[in-house]
Amino acid sequence: MPPGARSRVALGLTAAAALGRFELQQCKDCGTVQYPPREACQKCLSTRLPWKTQDGKGALLAQTNLHHSNDLFFRERLPWRLGLVHLDAGPTVVVHLHEGAKDRVSVRAMLDRAGQAVLAAVPEKEDVNMADDRQLREFTCDPKFRKVLVTDGKTAVGQSLTRSLVEAGAELIWVGYSEPWKQFPGFDELKKLPQVTLLPLDVTDSKSVREVAAEIGGKIDILVNNAELHRPFGIANRAGVETARSEMDVNYFGLLRLAQEFAPAMRARGADGQSSAVAWVNLLSVYALANFPPHGTFSASKAAAQSLAQCLRAEMRPSGVRVVNVFPGPIDDEWNQLLPPPKIAPAALAKAIVRALQEGTEDVYPGDVAQEWLERWRDNPKALERELSA
Amino acid sequence: MSVLNELAKGLQGNKIRIVDLTHTLSPDFPSISLPPEMGQAWPFRIEEVSRYDERGPAWYWNNFSCGEHTGTHFDAPVHWVSGKDLPRGAVDSIPPQNFVGPACVLDLSEEAGRDADFLLTKAHIVAWEKKHGKIPPRAWVLMRTDWYKKAGDPAAYQNYDETGQHTPGPDIDAVRFLVEERDILGFGTETIGTDAGQAQHLRPPYPCHYYMHGANRYGLQCLAHLDELPPSGAIIVAAPLKIQNGSGSPLRVLALIEKP
Amino acid sequence: MTRRGYEGIAVAVPVTVPYVRYSIRSAHWWLARCLDSLLVNSKLKKDDIDGLTISSFTLQPDTAIGLTQHLGVSPRWLDHIPLGGASGVVALRRAARAVQSGDASVVACLAGDTNHVDSFRLTLANFSQFARDAVYPYGAGGPNASFAFLTAHYMRESGAKREDFGKLCVAQRTNALKFPHALFKKPLSLEDYLGARPIAEPLHLFDCVMPCAGAEGFLVMEEARARKLNLGFSKIKATIERHNAFAEDPIQVRGGWALDRDELYAQASAGPAEMDFVQTYDDYPVIVCMQLEDLGFCEKNAAPGFIRANTFMHDGSFPHNTSGGQLSVGQAGAGGGFLGLVEALRQLTGQAGARQVKDAKLGMVSGFGMINFDRGLGSGAAVLSC
Repeated sequence: MPPGARSRVALGLTAAAALGRFELQQCKDCGTVQYPPREACQKCLSTRLPWKTQDGKGALLAQTNLHHSNDLFFRERLPWRLGLVHLDAGPTVVVHLHEGAKDRVSVRAMLDRAGQAVLAAVPEKEDVNMADDRQLREFTCDPKFRKVLVTDGKTAVGQSLTRSLVEAGAELIWVGYSEPWKQFPGFDELKKLPQVTLLPLDVTDSKSVREVAAEIGGKIDILVNNAELHRPFGIANRAGVETARSEMDVNYFGLLRLAQEFAPAMRARGADGQSSAVAWVNLLSVYALANFPPHGTFSASKAAAQSLAQCLRAEMRPSGVRVVNVFPGPIDDEWNQLLPPPKIAPAALAKAIVRALQEGTEDVYPGDVAQEWLERWRDNPKALERELSA
Repeated sequence: MSVLNELAKGLQGNKIRIVDLTHTLSPDFPSISLPPEMGQAWPFRIEEVSRYDERGPAWYWNNFSCGEHTGTHFDAPVHWVSGKDLPRGAVDSIPPQNFVGPACVLDLSEEAGRDADFLLTKAHIVAWEKKHGKIPPRAWVLMRTDWYKKAGDPAAYQNYDETGQHTPGPDIDAVRFLVEERDILGFGTETIGTDAGQAQHLRPPYPCHYYMHGANRYGLQCLAHLDELPPSGAIIVAAPLKIQNGSGSPLRVLALIEKP
Repeated sequence: MTRRGYEGIAVAVPVTVPYVRYSIRSAHWWLARCLDSLLVNSKLKKDDIDGLTISSFTLQPDTAIGLTQHLGVSPRWLDHIPLGGASGVVALRRAARAVQSGDASVVACLAGDTNHVDSFRLTLANFSQFARDAVYPYGAGGPNASFAFLTAHYMRESGAKREDFGKLCVAQRTNALKFPHALFKKPLSLEDYLGARPIAEPLHLFDCVMPCAGAEGFLVMEEARARKLNLGFSKIKATIERHNAFAEDPIQVRGGWALDRDELYAQASAGPAEMDFVQTYDDYPVIVCMQLEDLGFCEKNAAPGFIRANTFMHDGSFPHNTSGGQLSVGQAGAGGGFLGLVEALRQLTGQAGARQVKDAKLGMVSGFGMINFDRGLGSGAAVLSC
């Protein structure tokens, strides 16, 4: 893996890059933009250095091709292009350099295979496809030419995901479906896609998960766990624990079962050259951040799943397999019928997930509702708790 | 004592054969699923506790979980709203005498093979009695359809389409006849449910559940190997787990038959 | 207020502990050997040393104070100077002030590092917070990558060619062939230089120093004591030191010397033309160019022409890095920051053997250190006389 050590203050860059943002510290008192990350303003010594989004525009001062590295990860990938960029905002930054970049460039923050933020410069004007650049592809999890498992093909989200992955050039997509005795709407359409193989998979059944892992676990490059159970209940309007337990069984224990059976093989293939395991996607919910009482038990199960996903992320990081957590707001499906719009359409959610893989982000908040919740939560988690219970 | 001595001798002398009417409990066996807004029974699930390993060096065991109505199972009267207030209507309070009884096996495998929505009528019962004699009181009536042979193919076994499940069962008159005029102990089928797959359209819906349990009688579901039983003369042993106030239970169903 | 001079101060006993490419010893071993050589060559006893400066990267987790217990010395004045390539000049000026003020009588200035097979990588990975956060994750090239940027930029701005850097490297190798401690023993031709494999373009193999193990040291004391001990010594005419100069430059095109050189020459009462030799810090040739320009030997961006006009040999025009510099001797960690100063002492005390600069009376030593992020932060220079 690339060198993964960072100071605590530098993790601010990682926090933003996880969301696909490029932020630098900017002095609250004098406005100076700082880099590398630091504890005090280099101009006025203020310690008030909030992270602010940057446009990343700058001039390429110099570049080099590294032919020698002291790190194994880079040794296997030499030569490696680097640049020194003078940002219009002030600082000079060392960057991984896109092969088309010269003179004017656009700098963005990305997560490298160690899961830490690095800066990359791409040509300023073009709409850049990261996957086209040999180096930047190392920082993404592009589904192109890769083999993917989608754990639940029965839902609209699962079917949209499958179609989006096909469009993104995935080589092979296994699509799981539980209760194989029940034909589900859309089954035939999925079956017609030449890249798709349907297979029975029930994340509540350890035996089923184990058997599928034994069959295809060693070939999966990207696992997308979209299996979820969602019932619109709080505590007071549903007697007993059975519904909540079912939610936990799919949303939390399902992830645990998948992680126990699939993660070891993916970890082992994490640094496996070009055809390596690269990503594990969890469909969580923005309700994992703060409980939405009308869907209270579902929120709780997603919060549990998020916590487990953090554990999985920690266990996967040494292998370079990225764990991508997706936090949609309400999805436009039967379980959110009573919620007013805006709701995210399954197709839009699927596209957001594929884009996250292509761009290499780690935490995805697709859609307007999720974005707004994220901002409210970042601003004041307690306030969001009160707002959600109103 | 002589009756049981005879039985023991028959068992030892290979004159009595035991037929296992039970499917193996596994996560692969189809389970009932209700519309998603309803409460759901747990399907059968099994997790290893230890297997001679660091979790338990010298022993192997599992935890399993399932609903009361999983696999080959017993329906108690309290399972249905019509039987909710009956005395001794739960699996733990049913008189144990009722767990053992004679079986009348009605072979409708041809009819069910032709029509998945086949309904057993009183006429079929009367025809059976003409050949094999009147159904005695306190007997199990078992509807043989050979449906159990589909169990390896969950889709065929459940037989769902867009209008719902399509499996055979009894009609209203047949159920009432068996309860009111033949005083049977209970009714058994090879499918998921003592009622037909489309029995929600009958009035009352699910008549076998409604009348059988309303009269404090029992049900046996997901039976296997009924094709190995004679039309009459077999003895059924079907004792559910003694679950406090339980509405049913997975169980091992055994049939004793005399060899010719 | 004018700065006080260094009257009455002697710098003596230039010592090199012979370098090796890799060593299984720790930095403590190298620094102990260095102190022992200083005692042997000065005939002083360990207890006579009452001041100590230590410069080392690989001493950690120890610092100078831990080393006092390790070596069994009890100085009354101690300084840890972890300034890499600026260490030599900085140790010199601090030790001189300590002796001048009477805080110490004899200061031993030591610099050295070990080099295990993996220690260079570990040093790079943890060189600084900024390097760990903002440089090392980018290919882990170490200073090669940083100097590749500076070199590429400098070549564009000044018109320098690889041949210009090559001439410097070839001249230094020629000088090194007359220095017994140099790790590089084979002559280097311009063809060899130009044909070397790329390391971080535009840098190629012979543009980069080779990390190794070794140590360098010298003593600072009053002239009277040096005479009494019958030691040859140099005098300090002037020194400068500066850190994080020109922070506003988007890329490093100059060092602190440009800020402080007028003061240096005023204190020395001499100009660049009067130097009999110059020892620059040469981890990469581009930094030599920067020093030649910033210290006034030529105009900004004029170093390529200056190189073409001089030989840089110990016996030619503009004697420079007369022991071969780090590029041909090796870079013994912080020892590299002492190399030029120790060589200057040899030249000024007539101990330079076959590479002796004729009539060397006044020389300059320059230091440059610590690529903390995108540039070297520390700079220093000293003018020494015999």
